[in-house]
Amino acid sequence: MPSVKVPPVLRQHTGGATEVQAAGSNVGEVLNALVAEYPETKAQLFSEEGELNRFVNVYLNDEDVRVLDGLETAVSDTDTVMILPAMAGGSR
Amino acid sequence: MAPETTETSVVKEITPNEAWAELQEGDAKLIDTREPHEHAEAHIEGGRLIPPALIADQIAGAAAKTDRVILQCRSGARSAAAAEVLMELGYEDVVSMAGGILEWEAQGLPVASDAGLTPEQRDRYSRHTLLPEVGVEGQVKLLNAKVLLLGAGGLGAPTALYLAAAGIGKIGIVDDDVVDASNLQRQVIHNTSRVGQPKSSSARQSIEELNPDVEVVEYNFRLNAGNILDVISDYDIIVDGADNFPTRYLLNDASVRLKKPVVSASILSFDGQISTFVPYEGPCYRCLYPTPPPPELAPSCSANGVLGVMAGLMGMLQANEVMKLVLGIGEPLVGRLLLYEALGTRFTELKVRRDPECPICGPDAPEVPESEMGQFPDYEAFCGGYTGS
Repeated sequence: MPSVKVPPVLRQHTGGATEVQAAGSNVGEVLNALVAEYPETKAQLFSEEGELNRFVNVYLNDEDVRVLDGLETAVSDTDTVMILPAMAGGSR
Repeated sequence: MAPETTETSVVKEITPNEAWAELQEGDAKLIDTREPHEHAEAHIEGGRLIPPALIADQIAGAAAKTDRVILQCRSGARSAAAAEVLMELGYEDVVSMAGGILEWEAQGLPVASDAGLTPEQRDRYSRHTLLPEVGVEGQVKLLNAKVLLLGAGGLGAPTALYLAAAGIGKIGIVDDDVVDASNLQRQVIHNTSRVGQPKSSSARQSIEELNPDVEVVEYNFRLNAGNILDVISDYDIIVDGADNFPTRYLLNDASVRLKKPVVSASILSFDGQISTFVPYEGPCYRCLYPTPPPPELAPSCSANGVLGVMAGLMGMLQANEVMKLVLGIGEPLVGRLLLYEALGTRFTELKVRRDPECPICGPDAPEVPESEMGQFPDYEAFCGGYTGS
């Protein structure tokens, strides 16, 4: 099963897990499986129209799915899907 | 053993002008076989110093046996002797420069010297100048470099200390905050006795005590669309450790316009991210993150913990990027986003590409008026502008 790396901001919704397994043959299916398991992640990943939010970057291994086939990008069992939000912490 | 005259006769020689032409091509390795004090007085740029007594021991670190090696000394005698040593070691393509650096200078070819450094600086930066990748030329570049730090906080504090120690000639610090006791768990440039002082002046004190070579400029205010171009135009490189999205987008838009490289890092709890944005060479911050997250997904908007050591680690990675950019060596994190997870001690590298539709650095990007830099249609809605974490 593909793994999903969970960023710090979403871990409150995955019981603190930093990496979870989620079934699916493409990126969209994997993310939907994640949402099915952890419903509170949905609002942060998808818009009400069901599209991936623009402020969420999703990587398949080391490549941005925006330059692949987006949510249709095929995923194999050994792949890692990474959810990458912008972070701004640093200064204060 | 063959007679000495026979051995000497097999050493091939080239003229200084031929050596110059080869060095311009960039294929040959130049080895300066003199003593350090001679090298300091005058040397050929790009050459590596290996004194005659060390040539057999140190050559392996400077050239491979198949490399084209040009040896050079003062007049041509020591370099010819060294060439014999290398040929005995199996170096296949070795030549000695006839007449040495004396003839080189007589032909009007350029030499560099350590004259750019004072005796105190030669001593202070000797561990830099001993590195062939840095050398005196590199140290002079560092001393002439101007680096602006956004924030003298978690990231800026360690970055500023190491850049100051490295001899970065001018360091600007933008921070309008004052030192708080809760900063001291990670902001190592400040200290207990300076709680309540402006961070920019506390940082200046630490830097001046560490290295009097560094000129520190304090900017004890927040950047906005009206002042950012003025501030950053004086600098070669900007180090972004800002704690909020509006400043990060504002800096991106202004730095792309002025074509200033930005070393950008952020930290949260046990996680860090870093990338180097070189305008038009690689992606910009907006190519990576086209829009900021809403407040509920923007953890900098509320109080969050951070492991103090994380700030140090990511700050060091930022300082390392600055050093490479100034020296022109290595591979900066251009087009690459490096993630660090402290608990697992894992680094992950992701590819970041230029977005052909980027509103700031894309080929069809419109001219953005200054008043709109860093803006989004719903700008006011997120994070209430500035909120410290």
